[in-house]
Amino acid sequence: MVDITFGPEPGKRPDLSNPTEAYIHLARRKRLYGFILLILFVALMASGFKIAQDRNAGDFLSGLHQLGAFPSEVLSEAWKNRANLPALLWQHLPSLIETLNIAAAATLLGGAFGAFLALGSTRHLARFPALTPLFRRTADIMRAIPEIVIALILIFILGGGPVPAVLAIAFHTAGALGKLFSESAENADLKPVEGLTSTGASWGQQIWLGIIPQVAPNWLSYALLRFEINIRASAILGFVGSGGIGYDLKLAMQWGGGKYDQVVAIFALLFCAIVVFDQLSGYARNRLVKGQ
Amino acid sequence: MLKVENVTRLFGQKAAVDNVSFQIDRSAFVGVIGRSGAGKSTLLRMMNRLTDASSGVIAFEGRDVLTLQGAAKRAWQGQCAMIFQQFNLVPRMDVASNVLHGLLNQRSTFATMFNLWSDADITRALQILERLGIAEQAPKRAEALSGGQQQRVAIARALMQDPAVILADEPIASLDPMNAQVVMDALRRIHEEDGRMVIANLHTLDTARRYCDRVIGMRDGRVVFDGTPDQLTTGVARDIYGADASFNESATSTAITGPRDAAYADAMLA
Repeated sequence: MVDITFGPEPGKRPDLSNPTEAYIHLARRKRLYGFILLILFVALMASGFKIAQDRNAGDFLSGLHQLGAFPSEVLSEAWKNRANLPALLWQHLPSLIETLNIAAAATLLGGAFGAFLALGSTRHLARFPALTPLFRRTADIMRAIPEIVIALILIFILGGGPVPAVLAIAFHTAGALGKLFSESAENADLKPVEGLTSTGASWGQQIWLGIIPQVAPNWLSYALLRFEINIRASAILGFVGSGGIGYDLKLAMQWGGGKYDQVVAIFALLFCAIVVFDQLSGYARNRLVKGQ
Repeated sequence: MLKVENVTRLFGQKAAVDNVSFQIDRSAFVGVIGRSGAGKSTLLRMMNRLTDASSGVIAFEGRDVLTLQGAAKRAWQGQCAMIFQQFNLVPRMDVASNVLHGLLNQRSTFATMFNLWSDADITRALQILERLGIAEQAPKRAEALSGGQQQRVAIARALMQDPAVILADEPIASLDPMNAQVVMDALRRIHEEDGRMVIANLHTLDTARRYCDRVIGMRDGRVVFDGTPDQLTTGVARDIYGADASFNESATSTAITGPRDAAYADAMLA
């Protein structure tokens, strides 16, 4: 019985006191574990796909031919009234600027608060190490709540307009940037800080002169990325009454046909704005990171 | 065997390596000395094609390696191993894997991504580690080793490449004197036993005198000395380093030499 369970095995067992055999043994075991994990992963993905398809209300393939119905309706109506487009673009430009302003103000506010959260929650750097969990959870909560929920609450309290939109986006941005800022500060080299500490510098001096110059390019690059995301967010918030180009879009779209030329003009404006800022911030980020 | 002809590397307006020419006819242990910024590292990096040359020819067995591209360039890099001052291992991977990286040029990307090394490869890697006296470290992470051990792992990776030439860029500059000697002895032994050419950038004169068959001195990107270690007198060293009469190499020497103090040793051992 014991022989059946524990051997004797055919072939010789690895001699684990010999480094070569021990390492080959180790490498085989690692490979086996990796293979088992891979099979598990594939099996989970396959079964998950089946569950998701069973739970689907409609059928993806049979609904596919309707995909183009709405866009073609919008585009054909806009094409009929194409003479109006230049005037419409001009007409909606102020709301686009409002949307961009909301995004910029929210990024600035959120970035500043995010930096505060990051410095409080970074290991080795925090002024009060015991409070790092508090700062971290604060950032987690701010990040967990979607902008639109905060915006709806604030609109209920403050009424519609750009101020609730700025506050809502800034709230979420602070949480998100707090996390990213703290990650990059955690990877900063602590040697300059040690050098400054050795001269008797205060915590504020150590951070301002030892850490900020190191992380500034990274932080700015994250903030610019967040600005792009916030432009989209602020356009969406217009739908719930925060003003800007999203509000115009909602007015143009909500009652069906008749104003589809406006819809096309607004989409064109939004698309151009996002492309322009994407290119600009990509360029700025490259310059910052490569330092030229 | 190796012929360097009018090699120049410009960084902006400044020439890091300025019209360097020399020739090595047979396998030798060659030391390159000179102060920081003399162009020693740039010269070695150009040989390995880590840095492109601005002009000139580096011919190995009649073939110009500076014009190689793509797979041919990587094949040359496989033949010409490089050892770095800061070891340049993958710190989070184990020692044996780091040694097996010496085979990357000969194996497919797919196989290496999934660590599919044959038993023969692993056995050879462990033999090389054994030869350098660190076989028992094989399963440890590279970052867990001391500097001297890490440098020996780097040498093992170089040997795994089975190279014709080993380039060593200040291999002992971040090591203490004991480890420095172990590493230099290993390089010398590899040269003598395997007949591989070793070109090492060094910054201590006593090391150059002790280990090299030939010494090339560089200053401001130019070759200012090329001869045997015996010809490397203090006067020549002053020229290479651009120092004045106050230059005294024993002031910063790390050689463990000097007359034995028998009385002191007896006192300590008593």
